[in-house]
Amino acid sequence: MRSGSAHLAAGLCLAALSLPAGAEEPRFDATLELGTELRVFPNAPAYAAQRDRTLGPSLYLEPEFTADWNGGDDRLTLVPYARFDRDDDRRTHADIREANWLHIGDGYDLVVGADKVFWGVTESRHLVDIINQSDAVEDVDLEDKLGQPMVQLAVPSDWGTASFFVMPYFRERTFPDRKARLSGGARVDSNASYDSSAEEFHPDLAVRWSHVIGDFDVGLSHFHGTSREPRLLKLDAGDPTNLTPHYDLIDQTGLDLQYTTDAWLWKLEAIGRGGHGDYFGAAVAGFEYTLFGIAGTDMDLGLLAEYQYDGRTENGDAPGVLGNNDTFFGTRLTLNDVDDSSLLAGAVVDNEDGSTLLSLEAERRIGDSWKVEAVARFFVNADRRNPLVGYERDDFFSLTLIRYF
Amino acid sequence: MGKLQRLLALAVLAVSPVLQSAYAESPEDKGLAIAEETDRRDLGWGDSDVVMQMILRNAEGESSVRDLRLRSLEVPERKLGDKSITVFHKPRDIEGTAFLSHTRILDPDDQWLYLPALKRVKRISSKNKSGPFVGSEFAYEDLVSQEVDRYAYKWLRDEACGEAAPDRECFVVERTPLYEHSGYTKLVSWVDKRDYQPRKVEFYDRKDALLKTLLMLDYRQYQGQYWRTHRMDMVNHQTGKSTTLTFEDYSFKVGLSEDDFDKNRLKRVQ
Repeated sequence: MRSGSAHLAAGLCLAALSLPAGAEEPRFDATLELGTELRVFPNAPAYAAQRDRTLGPSLYLEPEFTADWNGGDDRLTLVPYARFDRDDDRRTHADIREANWLHIGDGYDLVVGADKVFWGVTESRHLVDIINQSDAVEDVDLEDKLGQPMVQLAVPSDWGTASFFVMPYFRERTFPDRKARLSGGARVDSNASYDSSAEEFHPDLAVRWSHVIGDFDVGLSHFHGTSREPRLLKLDAGDPTNLTPHYDLIDQTGLDLQYTTDAWLWKLEAIGRGGHGDYFGAAVAGFEYTLFGIAGTDMDLGLLAEYQYDGRTENGDAPGVLGNNDTFFGTRLTLNDVDDSSLLAGAVVDNEDGSTLLSLEAERRIGDSWKVEAVARFFVNADRRNPLVGYERDDFFSLTLIRYF
Repeated sequence: MGKLQRLLALAVLAVSPVLQSAYAESPEDKGLAIAEETDRRDLGWGDSDVVMQMILRNAEGESSVRDLRLRSLEVPERKLGDKSITVFHKPRDIEGTAFLSHTRILDPDDQWLYLPALKRVKRISSKNKSGPFVGSEFAYEDLVSQEVDRYAYKWLRDEACGEAAPDRECFVVERTPLYEHSGYTKLVSWVDKRDYQPRKVEFYDRKDALLKTLLMLDYRQYQGQYWRTHRMDMVNHQTGKSTTLTFEDYSFKVGLSEDDFDKNRLKRVQ
């Protein structure tokens, strides 16, 4: 992280050089998001190493500082992040979510520094999305991401937008403390091993083309570099729960496609990946159908279903995976009220052994500067050979109260 | 008809297509001619940028505020619709959320939503024309660009414009949406005879009952040609809720291009 910061600092200095010499004042803005979270674990933990605590309080801060000039065509953004968790020393952590200079030029845009980039269309699994590392201590859905240092160039044209990424520094995935809930009773070593002798300094490269062709939104991408998913190796003969993450060098080609028609969104994400033993393919395909204005109200009800396939061999050459032959069913209720209330409920079911992850996410605004979020995740019917079994007694629900300053 | 009279009649026909329709055309033709004249007078605005505030009030008088910024691009071809990006600044939890719309005439619009927390751009279904825009009394179809060929027209009568423009005379024109999934059976517009700008619109729901009334106030002219309302008051008669939309001064021809309304740029706007 320290060397990552050095790269960022260099990038920001570069950006600062292009600041106007006082001719036109840059516009500054500073905001803060402050969240307090309470997680409730109704069951006693499965592993002796885990603390038996029902209530897990934590707090996070996410300030955002921006400065822009040239009518917004140049922009500096700094978004630090910190969480303090009473029961999980690894979840107590800090990150730079964003620290970058954006320049919108004539026929291109350029980002230098740490940024977050999302690719993809599906809801239940994000296969194609590969630029940022998951901040996995935040939530098991892996949707929280660590800032990724990069130089990103995007060039729009009549034939779509081509984007090029050079990522000089790799971020290791975060894992919960062994003593905490959702750790599976395992300790993941903070000293990772790598395929590349340059380790976390291997320069990763990616290129993406995305375009809208009528009712189709299509993206094609290729990534060459350090896998964001680690293999967890049992190198400690004395303690098989002491795991060492190993990051392979991989090549991943991805396709994301959405066909939008009437109230239907048809979605496909597919990848081919080489570098963990045999080359394999994986895909997520499904739909979201929305019933607008149900029962004469302003509410919308969305119905979602996706099939998840992953062809990797599970013999240790590739990182473990949950969604290898699974089906996701979900429903999204949007109230369209003044408080933007919404609810997403879903289940991912393993088609072979019936192991099920149940999820519920709900949110609404309170007044102008508060928001409340509720999350529940239940690990149901977990088969002994399914990786979900490690979480079986860590069902939880959480309530987060957020204040915006 | 005498020669002079014929010349006069020709001159009148030449200078005023709307007057012409008053003599010769059906109420449908006259209604369309009024809409075309409104459209013609607004041609050439190019692109615009405006900061807006939306105040939502419920029947109990409680209010909540949205700050947003609207950038629009004129697409001059009559068969194509305009493009717009709406970015939210307040409330803070949706700050940076952006909505991109490529308006079509009768086909469904193309719409994308940018969610800043995930940095995710989502193509969304545009079937939801009659749904409330961010919990307000404005439906999506009220806020997208009002293309001429989206409606069938019928001129009803001429009368005083009423409260929105006292001392002014208006054409009263009924519009029927031709696009699918509208929440309205018809809209009745009061269009100012002097500047061809709408002053008041009544919206009738799918049961043909009066649903909402919109007043368009505080018109200001830009570049000696383009009129823009700076206050829209929408009242829902069935729920008692209302929404006021106010506009700061517009900037025109700020140099926006098609590239700025591409979905890949959505994550860069603010």
